[in-house]
Amino acid sequence: MNKWQRWHIDRPLFLALCLLSVVGMFVLYSAGGENTPLLIRQALRLALGFAVLVAFAQIRPETLQRWSPYIFAFGLALLLAVLAVGSVRLGARRWLNLGLFRFQPSEIMKLGMPMMLAWFFAREPLPPRGRIVALGGALSLAPILLIAKQPDLGTAALILGSVLAVLFLAGMSWRSIMFVLVLAGMATPLLWTHLHQYQKQRIETLLDPSSDPLGAGYHTIQSMIAVGSGGFFGKGWLNSSQAHLDFLPESSTDFIFAVFAEEFGFLGILMLCSLYLFVLGRSLLIAFYAQDTYARLLAGGLALTFFMYVFVNIGMVSGILPVVGVPLPLISYGGSATVTLMAAFGMLMSIHTHRRIITQ
Amino acid sequence: MLAGFALLAVRAFYLQVVEASYLQNQSDATHLRVIEDDSHRGMILDRNGEPLAISTPVDSVWAHPAELAQARNRWPALTRLLGISGAQLARAIRNSAGLQFMYVDREIAPQTAKAVMALHIPGVALQREYRRYYPAGPVTGQLIGFTNIDDVGQEGAELEYNDWLRAVPGKERVLQDRYGNIVQPVESISLPVPGRNLVLSIDRRIQFLTYRALMATIRKFHAHAASAVVVNVRTGEVLALVNVPSFNPNNRSTLASSLIRDRAVTDEFEPGSMLKPFTIAAALGTGRYQPTTMIDTSPGTIRVGGYTIRDDVDSGTISVAQIIEVSSNVGATKIALSLKPETMWDMFRRAGFGMSTGVGLPGEEPGFVRPYQQWLPSEQATMSFGYGISVTVMQMAQAFAGIANDGMMMPVTILRRDQPVVGRRIMSGTIARELRNMLELVVSSGGTAPGAAVPNYLVAGKTGTAHKLGTDGYRPNSYYASFAGFVPASDPRLAMVVVVNNPRSSEYYGGEVAAPVFSRVMSGALRMLNIPPDNLPHMQRWVAQAPAAGAKGGFIRVVAQNPAAPAGGAP
Repeated sequence: MNKWQRWHIDRPLFLALCLLSVVGMFVLYSAGGENTPLLIRQALRLALGFAVLVAFAQIRPETLQRWSPYIFAFGLALLLAVLAVGSVRLGARRWLNLGLFRFQPSEIMKLGMPMMLAWFFAREPLPPRGRIVALGGALSLAPILLIAKQPDLGTAALILGSVLAVLFLAGMSWRSIMFVLVLAGMATPLLWTHLHQYQKQRIETLLDPSSDPLGAGYHTIQSMIAVGSGGFFGKGWLNSSQAHLDFLPESSTDFIFAVFAEEFGFLGILMLCSLYLFVLGRSLLIAFYAQDTYARLLAGGLALTFFMYVFVNIGMVSGILPVVGVPLPLISYGGSATVTLMAAFGMLMSIHTHRRIITQ
Repeated sequence: MLAGFALLAVRAFYLQVVEASYLQNQSDATHLRVIEDDSHRGMILDRNGEPLAISTPVDSVWAHPAELAQARNRWPALTRLLGISGAQLARAIRNSAGLQFMYVDREIAPQTAKAVMALHIPGVALQREYRRYYPAGPVTGQLIGFTNIDDVGQEGAELEYNDWLRAVPGKERVLQDRYGNIVQPVESISLPVPGRNLVLSIDRRIQFLTYRALMATIRKFHAHAASAVVVNVRTGEVLALVNVPSFNPNNRSTLASSLIRDRAVTDEFEPGSMLKPFTIAAALGTGRYQPTTMIDTSPGTIRVGGYTIRDDVDSGTISVAQIIEVSSNVGATKIALSLKPETMWDMFRRAGFGMSTGVGLPGEEPGFVRPYQQWLPSEQATMSFGYGISVTVMQMAQAFAGIANDGMMMPVTILRRDQPVVGRRIMSGTIARELRNMLELVVSSGGTAPGAAVPNYLVAGKTGTAHKLGTDGYRPNSYYASFAGFVPASDPRLAMVVVVNNPRSSEYYGGEVAAPVFSRVMSGALRMLNIPPDNLPHMQRWVAQAPAAGAKGGFIRVVAQNPAAPAGGAP
């Protein structure tokens, strides 16, 4: 048993995450306008994230499984609290003010949801019967609706995605998944009338960014310009004109990928995507080797959630998805998302390193 | 999931490889700008290098209309700082709808510009410009003229020498951030070519003296206007050119267009008796007249072609020199009528009347001398004392400088001459010297302009008092009071012509109104230019010249005995 194993750390995954963090720091230094204090804050957050990762890696999967419903219930309670006493920022009620810092309960749900569903489906033989699936769906509906109402459509969509991921992994047939998606598609017109004006605008903008180039389409157009002007080889580190000249909004948070793309070009994107793909592949491998249903569902759900983060963010920046507030994992500047993500990877490592050594 | 990543990669490939050039252009269009590199218009300097027009840097605030229109909540801060009304700004933005550029305010002080940029209003940026400043203000008003807000000469030397002074802005490609600030230069497309400096022949000190004297004169005599020109007789350089009332080119908000005219070159007037020396020169040139030739001017009137020509007093029989001294119209008429019209016309033309001097100022008028073939005897008579001919002050100054320079007239210029130029002989040196001695008499106590005297210097000159021409003939109480002269008479260096337009007081003769200006300006100018006196007390001696036969007694004149000035002396 080597040193890594003793600390329940999966070495390939850990090193890949470290590499991503380092890349992220470099990009952030450029995107943030070579702002060293900003960099130090992000480094501290990453350090906290890695500490959380190591801490979660020590928790046995059985413990996680036991705690799953309570974590879910706790998260749901907090979401209700947000609805009641949450603080409003930028027109959205997403935060709970804990005095020392503000906290988004939806972050807990990002973990709580797959945990809950994994716990729920692990109690029954797989594949689940229709009644169980319906029950699980109903279970997941409450937090999704609460988050969507904040409004935080991006997070709601991500959590919905994680639900679908777990359902898929639980062995639901493709037919059923397609059925849900078609159902969602049919609900779209209904949903449309309930969307906020800015949300509608974002979707309209996606279809035609040039309809309002200085208003709603500004983000998308500027980020597409940034990505595209990077070309094949990129402009080189610290040479993103779009970000440095302030044309690109949110260049160090949600739109940091545009800065990366402008500076490192298509080659850089391929390498970054490979890195993400490696992390994803390793996570799926962990799911594959998981020794019980709960662990497999949880690992798979978390891996797919991670994938969706990456996909939604890059898709948004490159103009194929509407603008939603989803950060790029480990690259974007931001605290809570990093910590949540690290906790997820901690769980993955726990699942992998607490396998019973002698199988069968 | 692999498909998901493949989709992202395809999208990235599409953006970064397929659409790359388009998006790169878009990127360049967003933050690459070609700006005009500020380079400033050349200075206008006087002959000693004193600045008469300089360009000082100022900032203009411009905006992208659409962006500024969106930042409506920031308007009050902007308007408060710039001192413009919100309605004005709204109108300007409306008028610029669809454009990429509008001026918000132009030529503001640098500290205000800084404050504007500190507001960080989207779409608002600065442009460096140069504002023209005229240190001498009204003193050089019409002479230097001014530029418009786009730095293009509009009047005076600024207009005439615009191509010389003009700066060619350089072009530079720069990186610009979202607020329009220039972040970093990328490349220089063409270098700015700064305007060249223009050195005038003007001496700012003499210009100032002249301005002050003229201002005092029009105030004292309630005159309508006045002009004066000072010329270096040896080079033709104009040392001073003043028109009053003038205007302040630095503040043209209340500028009346009539003040802009450089009357000394653009306005024609009838010179009156200032022209007599040229009539006499023509007569002397025939050889039939000498300065001492006696002419009977009694009874002080003469009828020519139905018109009566009068002297102020009956001077009896006087010499040609005395005709100049007392400015006898009858004497001049008698001499003129004995000359062929062609002779007089030839003299006037050689002296430069009826053609532009080419001094180098815009809008110069050539004056008018009728072809001699058309002259009636009455016209020939009146022309002899300066009616029926129109000239400019500049022409008169050039012609008098010609007399002063021993008959060699140098073309006038307002540019400093560092190379000698070829002059034009308008009369023989002998005649010019004879004329000079006669003109000295004018400034003597018996002449018409003792007020033109300059202490310690010999002065030669001629007064003029001409009725102004109204819409229906000559106006009885409206005059041009003028004086043309030069110093030091024994070895002339400076010529000056002063014309006062319509003095409205009991004094209106050229000798009373214009001659003192000459005296005041010349006494200062001679000192400034360090020109040695030719009439210090120890040089003076009283010479009683034998009275001409039959004249009303002799006259006394002062003769320079300065050995350095061989030209001086009795005729």
